[in-house]
Amino acid sequence: MKRTITLKVNGTTYERDVEPRTLMVHFLRDDLGLTGTHIGCDTSQCGACTVIVDGKSLKSCTAFAVQMNGAEVMTIEGLAKGEELHAIQNGFWEEHGLQCGFCTPGMIMASYQLLQRNSDPSDQEIRKGIEGNLCRCTGYQNIVKAVQNAAKAMGGASAAKPEAVGASAD
Amino acid sequence: MAVVGSFVGARIKRREDPRLITGHASYTDDFQPTGLCHMMFVRSPYAHANIKSIDTSAAKAMKGVRAVITGDDIALVVPAVVPGPEYRAISTGKVRYVGDIVAAVVAESRGAARDAVDAVKVEYEELPAVVDVEQAAKGLPVQIYDQYPNNMSVPMEFGSPADKIKEAFDQAEVVVEQKFVHQRLGSNPMETRTALAEWRIGENALTLYTSNQNPHILKTLLSMLMGLPEQMIRVVAPEVGGGFGTKIPLYREELVACFLAKMLGTPVKWSETRSEHLLASSQGRGQVDYVKVAATKEGVVTGLDITAYSDMGAFHTLFTGAIPQFTGLVINGVYAIPTAHYKSANTLTNKTPTDAYRGAGRPEAAYMIERMMDLLAIKLKMDPAEVRRKNFIPVDKFPYTSPLGLVYDSGNYEGSLAKALEMFDYEGMRKTQAEARAQGRYIGIGISTYMEICGLGPSAVLGGRGWESANIRFEVSGKCTVFTGASPHGQGQETTFAQIVGDELGIPMEDIIVKHGDTQNTIAGNGTYGSRGLAVGGAAIKLATETIKEKAKKIAGFMLEASADDIVFEDSKFGVKGAPGKSVTMTEIAVKAFTGFDMFGQIEPGLEATRFFEPPNLVFPFGAHISAVEIDAETGELTILKYVAVDDCGNQISPLLVEGQVHGGIAQGIGQALYEEIVYDERGQLISGSLMDYTVPTATELPHYNLDSTVTPTWVNPLGAKGVGEAGTIGSTPCIVNAVMDALVSTGVKEIDMPLRAEKLWKAIHSSNGKH
Repeated sequence: MKRTITLKVNGTTYERDVEPRTLMVHFLRDDLGLTGTHIGCDTSQCGACTVIVDGKSLKSCTAFAVQMNGAEVMTIEGLAKGEELHAIQNGFWEEHGLQCGFCTPGMIMASYQLLQRNSDPSDQEIRKGIEGNLCRCTGYQNIVKAVQNAAKAMGGASAAKPEAVGASAD
Repeated sequence: MAVVGSFVGARIKRREDPRLITGHASYTDDFQPTGLCHMMFVRSPYAHANIKSIDTSAAKAMKGVRAVITGDDIALVVPAVVPGPEYRAISTGKVRYVGDIVAAVVAESRGAARDAVDAVKVEYEELPAVVDVEQAAKGLPVQIYDQYPNNMSVPMEFGSPADKIKEAFDQAEVVVEQKFVHQRLGSNPMETRTALAEWRIGENALTLYTSNQNPHILKTLLSMLMGLPEQMIRVVAPEVGGGFGTKIPLYREELVACFLAKMLGTPVKWSETRSEHLLASSQGRGQVDYVKVAATKEGVVTGLDITAYSDMGAFHTLFTGAIPQFTGLVINGVYAIPTAHYKSANTLTNKTPTDAYRGAGRPEAAYMIERMMDLLAIKLKMDPAEVRRKNFIPVDKFPYTSPLGLVYDSGNYEGSLAKALEMFDYEGMRKTQAEARAQGRYIGIGISTYMEICGLGPSAVLGGRGWESANIRFEVSGKCTVFTGASPHGQGQETTFAQIVGDELGIPMEDIIVKHGDTQNTIAGNGTYGSRGLAVGGAAIKLATETIKEKAKKIAGFMLEASADDIVFEDSKFGVKGAPGKSVTMTEIAVKAFTGFDMFGQIEPGLEATRFFEPPNLVFPFGAHISAVEIDAETGELTILKYVAVDDCGNQISPLLVEGQVHGGIAQGIGQALYEEIVYDERGQLISGSLMDYTVPTATELPHYNLDSTVTPTWVNPLGAKGVGEAGTIGSTPCIVNAVMDALVSTGVKEIDMPLRAEKLWKAIHSSNGKH
């Protein structure tokens, strides 16, 4: 039995009939063709499917599409303004914050929420902030630099703060 | 901003990134062709069982289900370079690991396929499972296959002769022995495996989109297996979300997708779940080794003998049987050990097949020799850096022929270690450590001076296709497209290869596009595996630019009214020797090649080149990694205080990308040392079957990496470049474990099986003579 939902994604309003068991990530990918949101696991560990729902980040594999009725959603495709990249996207590009790129959309959306909450995060705050997102290629160091780069471009960071030599994750 | 002529060596932002950071890249799962059907598998819940019956009738009758097949319907067999037991695309009669495929289902929706999988009824009769590799090698608890006595697939043995080894150990002043366990690892690229097969009725043509590392190899294998002409097969590896070796083989899931697409005449897609990945994608490592080192009292190693038990799993996939060989070939590492011998019992077990995983055999070798160097240092009360220096192959001994028969191209092991020690402030850190120890703290320092073999390789050595292809085609507008057979999956060849072409031909990078991953538009290819993308694929690109230049000189001669022999390429332009001021650019030459009607009577139109590079030898990158760790005695929790890596991959085309590769490599190596482990229980049941149970390290678990490099070019290829994709992984695992064991040296514990989790460290501290 399909249900009808109405929601706004990247500024466009959609009305669609969905099966109740359809996951939000499958809805975005299969029904709306927004394939920038990726599926990297089946236990909500990897964060590749992270999107912004009503201003908060959500692992879109953890929600059913029917739960998103009435929501305002932003996916990776909605971040840039036309040709103009968002500062976070630019930061990832500048700092070589990606390799295979599969985790990147989710990582960028998680960083988006992180910078909304903390415009000038420390190294450790960034590492903590992206802890719910797995990357297998970069070893995270350049992702930390990418978020710092974005924070600076967005006017939050007072100055570039390179990770201290010997800084460790704890 | 780098300009023409200075691209190589510059830190250039990647050209592949814009599509990736905006969500517009196309991975295999993003394709949804008309008529798409979804494929899912019925997999064995038992490690070893007879299949008594399979009832597919209920599944077949379900709404939206297009096909349900079992092993009786498909005769295809998975290929392997080193042959093992017959590995059918779908098993019949018996299942031999948890996750073994029993049936395949195709349905019109993902949900219908899932429901149909659950409706297939399989009756099993469980058999004793062969799990422990050493027991397996004794044929215990059972022999899995009649034709493989003691579960031995392909035993291998090589190196110095037995009498030489005996002599080395008879005369040894010191002997150190240790057992090492290299746990099984899950590769876990963030994109799991995905395959989309399309069959074109009327053309009898197959297209396979697949998240694979080497589409050309798959094309050849599919042709052989399916009896189709190679020209009728197109394999596309579109955007691929990481590989790490696991996406090298042609898998049974891909074979079944091709078979069913042909049978149904409709596109069939399979998207592996993460749990399925941990269950059924090839796993890495899986060796148990007994290592013996003979040495003098001064710390000079005179002999090395290793007996390995290598866990193949239940079947061989493409490189399964070859991985232990890569271990054996480099057991002596960076050291001039005169006698060395390696023997591996390549053993079949009731577990998922193992195959290449980042480093593929070399991490095992580096781990063993680097751990042994530390154990020898402890025994002789020497500094671990000093023991290493005493044994390094000296700079003036290259090319160096090892007792395992390899010819090391070039190296400067002393140089990279010296630089790393200085960056690390080794003396200062040893003092800090001594002070901390006096306060009862557990701080350790670990060194590893690793080497590896890359740039596979001479075809004769591989017994197969060791070359790589390159094709450069100019357009009428003077811009060019470069095709490489080395299909990347995150390494950034679209950028590095454009840097090479830009400098070699004097054209702006924006006028060069690098394409890969589609067998329909690339001449031929093999892949990036074994860190060969640049060392072999990049070298082919360089050769192709040389061929382009030869013709360009003829055209320039025509344009400048000079002999082609007098044309010189300088400052990114083609000029006339001794006539400064007269020159033409590559772009002008390329336009002329297509539009120079006055020229075509003498010079054939067009401008393109295809070249293959066949490497004359392997290349041998190396480096020195040093780390400091502290263990909290109360909790066993470990903190990496400092990590320094000095890697030498020869000439660097893109230092930015080299750093990225080293970062990611170190992260995976630390993952093995501290966190990651595939666990099976005694019945062969997979315990680490999801990312809830298998630890892929997060940002909070990994340190800041302090990197530098030395540059020792190779003579093996025209770029002087080695490889760096696996280097970090190989160097970091022993580096971290050496640091941990140094921290625990007062406990007297000699070795802890990886991963060195907090509880093991806590136990080591608290079981040691009442110190705590």
